[in-house]
Amino acid sequence: MSVSRLSRPYAEGLAAGVLRYQRCAACGLAQRLARHACPGCGSTDLRWHDCAGTGTVVAITEVRRAPADAWRALVPYTLVLVDLDEGARLMGHGVAGLAIGQRVSGRVAEAAGQRVPHFAPIGSA
Amino acid sequence: MSAAYIAGAGNTRFGRHDGLGAIDLMAQAADGALREAGLARGEIDAVLCGYATTLPHLMLASLVSERLGIRPAYAHGMQMGGATGAGMVMLASDLVRAGRVRRVLVVAGENRASGQTRDDAIQTLAQVGDADFEVPNGGSVPAYYALLASQYMHRWGLTEPDLAEFAVLMRRHAASHPDAQLTAPISVADVLASKPIASPLKLLDCCPISDGAVALVVSADPGRGDGVPVAITGAGQAHHHQHLSAVDQLDDLGAAASARRALGQAGVGLADLDLLAIYDSFTITLAILLEEIGLCPRGASAQRAREGVFGAEGALPLNTHGGLLSFGHSGAAGGMAHIAEAWRQLARRAGARQISPRRRCLLHADGGVLSAHVSLVLEARA
Repeated sequence: MSVSRLSRPYAEGLAAGVLRYQRCAACGLAQRLARHACPGCGSTDLRWHDCAGTGTVVAITEVRRAPADAWRALVPYTLVLVDLDEGARLMGHGVAGLAIGQRVSGRVAEAAGQRVPHFAPIGSA
Repeated sequence: MSAAYIAGAGNTRFGRHDGLGAIDLMAQAADGALREAGLARGEIDAVLCGYATTLPHLMLASLVSERLGIRPAYAHGMQMGGATGAGMVMLASDLVRAGRVRRVLVVAGENRASGQTRDDAIQTLAQVGDADFEVPNGGSVPAYYALLASQYMHRWGLTEPDLAEFAVLMRRHAASHPDAQLTAPISVADVLASKPIASPLKLLDCCPISDGAVALVVSADPGRGDGVPVAITGAGQAHHHQHLSAVDQLDDLGAAASARRALGQAGVGLADLDLLAIYDSFTITLAILLEEIGLCPRGASAQRAREGVFGAEGALPLNTHGGLLSFGHSGAAGGMAHIAEAWRQLARRAGARQISPRRRCLLHADGGVLSAHVSLVLEARA
């Protein structure tokens, strides 16, 4: 359950198997994370949309030191930041060996009991 | 407005203090700061206290004041992550300059290493990530910084041996400080061979988790201790994002904006500096902050380090106590150790560790993932 109503559509999207992002209905700016107001124009008319899931890797790390017991069995795992084609940015898991600049496609997957975005190269199964 | 000075600083040794709690550590540091400033408890009329993850409390500054036998006219806590210490000094300086109070005890400390398990500490810190978008991925502070490092290194061409240079430099500086946690010499090869944490960061690219406390007295007068008076002549902040996923300009994270405000208030430029105290939670933190502030060109910070610019007798000595990477990191106090060291060097009270006389220091701290930025300009009034 999300910590505030602001980001609940994202968490509900993950539960339903879709990745979502927020866009300002006034100026069109794709938002980062979940916001109450648009930093571009100040509007509070921010609306959630499903995204296609395609995007580009902008950052990547292979985590070798798990932050908690639940993650210990999964190390090493790959975390990425992906710029979605719609303009938003998501943190998620990725297949090993991804590189910055690579085109990827995301879906919702399960990791350590959490539903998270998971990205793989476009064209891979 | 009148001036504000740092009149004294005190600190505990950093490392493990089994059996001591946050208040015990803060009390030791506060006693040291009062002694250095030549002040009695009753002369303190304000207390600013940094948060302690091992002692969450609704009014920590009131609690600390009660335990320390101080009855301030003004007291509260502050939470800005790693920037808390610099943020408290900025506020203390403004309070003093506005005439609200005369002598502020600024204190922080906690038993971050011995008061909880390593997993608990890592979990607490991981919560600087977004609860819905980041933490559920199995994120941690090292992982967030690793992501940022990958992005930054890809754009400006820094390498893992480049980052290692800063770990080696901080260890060399810590070796001369009797209160530092990690003092055994290391090489670039040691850093590269250390345990992988989250690529490209290895264990020695990351600061340790420490017990420790630091206290400062910010005052309307320079204090009664020996040494050169040290004034706080500029301060600034910037907050461009909180979460890594919300960073939209990799070349404008807030450090430059914050430093510009501080230097502007002091009426000086980067070329007027001869001492640096820059936050170094990870090696990449130092590289990014030095480069964004403009102390060296993008991608060139490690080369400058190799050239000796940041050494104890270089043009811009950097974190001469060893920084978070080797002196240690006990939360808000970790960033305050940089301030204590800058004061000691400028005041020429660093004893056997004293470097050649320095006149003007830029101090920069950040909290979160380069999220909350605070800069200070400290000047020796010789």
